[in-house]
Amino acid sequence: MSKLCSDLRQAIVSAGLRDGMTVSFHHHLRNGDYVLNMVLQEAAQLGIRDLTVNASSLFDCHQPLIDHIRNGVVTGLITDYVSAGIGRAISGGILKKPVTFLTHGTRPSNILNGNHHIDIAFLAAPTSDCEGNCSGKYGPSACGSLGYAFADAQRADRVVIISDNLVEYPLPDPSITEDLVDFVVKVEAIGNPAGIVSGTTQMPKDPIALKIADYAAQAIHASGLVKDGFSFQTGAGGASLAVADHIKRIMLRENIHGSYALGGITGYMVDMLESGCFQAIQDVQCFDLEAVRSIRENPKHIEITAAQYASPTARSTAASHLDVVVLGATQIDTDFNINVHTDSNNLIMGGSGGHTDVAAEAKLTVIVAPLSRARMSIVVDRVFTVSTPGSDVDLLVTQYGIAVNPRRPELKAALESARLPVADIQALQRLAVSLNGPAKPFQPPKDHVVAQVFGRNNQVQDLIYGI
Amino acid sequence: MRRTMLFIPGNNPNMIVNGGLLGSDSLIFDLEDAVSPDEKDAARELVRNALATLDFGKCERIVRINSLDTPYWEEDLRSILPLKPDAVMPPKVSGAEYIQTLDQALTRLEAELGLPQGQTRILALLETALGVENAYAIAAASPRMMGLFLGAEDLTADLRCRRTKESGEILYARGRLVCAARAAGIEVYDTPFTDVRDLEGLEVDAAFAKGLGFSGKACISPAHIATVNRVFSPSQAEIDYARDVFAAIEEAKRQGKGAISLRGKMIDAPIVQRARLVLEAAAEIEGVDLHE
Amino acid sequence: MEIKHAAAAGTLESSDIMVTVLPETEGIRISLTSSVEQYYGDSIRETMTKVLEELEVKNAHIEAVDHGALDCTIRARLTTAVRRACREEEAL
Repeated sequence: MSKLCSDLRQAIVSAGLRDGMTVSFHHHLRNGDYVLNMVLQEAAQLGIRDLTVNASSLFDCHQPLIDHIRNGVVTGLITDYVSAGIGRAISGGILKKPVTFLTHGTRPSNILNGNHHIDIAFLAAPTSDCEGNCSGKYGPSACGSLGYAFADAQRADRVVIISDNLVEYPLPDPSITEDLVDFVVKVEAIGNPAGIVSGTTQMPKDPIALKIADYAAQAIHASGLVKDGFSFQTGAGGASLAVADHIKRIMLRENIHGSYALGGITGYMVDMLESGCFQAIQDVQCFDLEAVRSIRENPKHIEITAAQYASPTARSTAASHLDVVVLGATQIDTDFNINVHTDSNNLIMGGSGGHTDVAAEAKLTVIVAPLSRARMSIVVDRVFTVSTPGSDVDLLVTQYGIAVNPRRPELKAALESARLPVADIQALQRLAVSLNGPAKPFQPPKDHVVAQVFGRNNQVQDLIYGI
Repeated sequence: MRRTMLFIPGNNPNMIVNGGLLGSDSLIFDLEDAVSPDEKDAARELVRNALATLDFGKCERIVRINSLDTPYWEEDLRSILPLKPDAVMPPKVSGAEYIQTLDQALTRLEAELGLPQGQTRILALLETALGVENAYAIAAASPRMMGLFLGAEDLTADLRCRRTKESGEILYARGRLVCAARAAGIEVYDTPFTDVRDLEGLEVDAAFAKGLGFSGKACISPAHIATVNRVFSPSQAEIDYARDVFAAIEEAKRQGKGAISLRGKMIDAPIVQRARLVLEAAAEIEGVDLHE
Repeated sequence: MEIKHAAAAGTLESSDIMVTVLPETEGIRISLTSSVEQYYGDSIRETMTKVLEELEVKNAHIEAVDHGALDCTIRARLTTAVRRACREEEAL
């Protein structure tokens, strides 16, 4: 029997999709993904109802999902991240069942150990052969690493590969291999390349972001961790990328040979690899075309699975050896708890992604954020949602100074002797109030739960209420 | 101390709010080129309210007003003066009469607003051929004059030459301004470097200006501040030498010697004066740049 | 001051507020949309009321779209919009 289906509907029918099943998706096509919408639209047309969607992340391109929820096609969500467009609808209470928020580490852990069963995995693949050997490194919709898709491919009852670039068997250098794949279907396009990866990742120009990055890099340097064997993770946004630029200069100046860069990867990390700052990149997700090129061409640029990245139940992970990670936040409280799930009005606009995992594992977790954004202080009395517990956070770096978690007195001493502007987190909070003016206290309502946030121990860590 | 002076567009709340954090010694709130004619009223009102309520830390606050040949400058002054800016910067200053006209207007407004007479100081922006030729007369035109400031972009247009990174075309103007300002006993500041991304070119340009005698340099980008601050700060070697000068003086006093020599060179009054300026600047920077 | 015609000041950028002042026959009416309504909505309306009193505006309809402007920015934008709305020569 050929695995190759004539169209998506045939693939869905052949895979045996029925009411009440759990279907899964990865988010490597990010805000350019067509696959989740295509599958749910076919399911709706087939009259299927009561599906649970287990997706590693949901972006605003997935907003048709809101109608599928209203119409009863989808009744459950399990995910690590939800962007603001869909988040607002969830906060508005469109789902009866609370959303299950996991992390990039706990999602594959739960799938692999059977806690979260997947009936059918619908996996977008930028290139595949007719037997389902597939890869993200090639094709018009190339996205690089397919790290978040592996657990789904390994454990789903049925695996459907959806590709717009079907090549002759066997595909050399596949990521997911044919032994795991039940069906393959070719579609016209799996995504909009403009939304999948950005062309180039730009260094921020905002002077405040640059100042924060400068302080953060000096603090990381002062911690003593930047030495031979150094491992590092940073994001693609704002100050995070500028931190990498400073760290690169420090490493080159002091002739430091690092071990690896981890995480979502930008061209900037590729540049650090090629400059000799690191021995390897461990890549679970590519953010730009340069990262995609590198993972295709450079054997030192390694594709890793989400479990290998940060699963809390794995024997060991790339995250568990990590020295330093630089992360963002929408709120941080005076106990250093971080909220990356909801905004200042408690509307869902994000999620942990890998935040909680790498913060728990890294030797030094650095939060970079402007002290205040459009009159909202980053430091609050109590975060609306505990996404990452304060016990896993070491530093908050703002343009007005650096707060050190009181659990790390030796780190505070190191920063002070490097003459960095160390401040109590309470003092930073007071400063924000004096800049913005006193705000009216706002306690979001706690009437009905719209999401449960699970911690790395797989227990409910916090609840998100509807607005 | 004005090693760096950062231009802040007068109608941009976000830039204004964060201006004090960027490490420059002075901020120049710009009501002139950065503001279109139909937003002059809005920028004036925004800068006025910002100066009245925001804390810019140790940054000096200067306002660039509109030129005296526009209908805006008197209203600019009327709005800004009650907030006691550290200086006003008039653009396109052409000669002593320009400064005298401004001086009289300031005197009138200070009286009308009940402000101390003569408190408002002037940092004159020279950016025309005529202005450069009249540099000394301008520098000496009023006791309010605290400095001359070279604007090379408009100047090169007026000179009908191309503005280059090598800056040979403004060498004369630079030298002329330094000499005029020093002759009048006031400070002198260099034109900004306009390639935001070329930090090496910036360093060369700033070091050249310092070598000519400029006290500091304007910046149009916050990314330039750290480099220009460093160039216009005394180097460790300069500080060490200055300390040695004073140690040698002490030693000579102790030994009752009249003539003092250091490293085979006689220490005379100009050397002592220079050493004193270096140590004063170093002490001031120590207080400001603790975290830079 | 008397509002003669509609006029606006400010922008829709972050940390700014866009204020439109319109003629109104009786009293002051403020319509505010703010990203920080929960925290600063009352304070913004209070600041606006104060500024209108200081400018002796008795009748006006204020429409404002705020993206987290500080108090000094709110004062500046409203003052500019009112002055523009009172200017004869700019009647629309």
